[in-house]
Amino acid sequence: MVRADMVEGTEFPHLIVKYHVFGVPKTVVNEEVHIEGAQPEPLFLAQVMRATAKQKR
Amino acid sequence: MAVLTEDVRSKVQEEFKELPGNVKLVVFTQEFECDNCHKNTSFAQEVATLSDQVSIEVNDFVLDKEAVEHYGVDKIPAIAVEGEKDYGVRFYGVPAGYEFTSLIEAIKAVSAGGSGLAARTKETLGELKDPLHLQVFVTPT
Repeated sequence: MVRADMVEGTEFPHLIVKYHVFGVPKTVVNEEVHIEGAQPEPLFLAQVMRATAKQKR
Repeated sequence: MAVLTEDVRSKVQEEFKELPGNVKLVVFTQEFECDNCHKNTSFAQEVATLSDQVSIEVNDFVLDKEAVEHYGVDKIPAIAVEGEKDYGVRFYGVPAGYEFTSLIEAIKAVSAGGSGLAARTKETLGELKDPLHLQVFVTPT
């Protein structure tokens, strides 16, 4: 089950603080792993897959 | 009062002519203590006027608890972009500025039921067995 959210920072400043968002775009995977900046598709995918694998351990 | 300029309206109307399937913008709002909620609802309503295939459903975050739970919405203003099924696409905060393009692209992708991702990407994602929650933080520019 996949959910993909756009979260507008000025509307939710408490999330900016919670996830230490200093620059955008920033993607947070499963509330834990952070991916900074815009990434080309294969790189983004690799980081998402690595994040989910890491969380399983 | 229209938020979108005539120029933007006609451009988007043109893009929406090709929409293969119906899309519903499920809006979550509330009457009090939410400055941008009204703006977000008006915005979504305006986007919905740009195609007969785009409809809108407005839910109250406090009163419509079933809808809130069904769509897994935890903050407002919010828009869930739903096609034939719910692909899990959510916009939290008004999708104005650069994110307007993201909203239009989301409507097109959901309408087609296709992500436009590379085959290799889809294959790899197919191996996912656990829930995946992506939150992309943006600012209005």
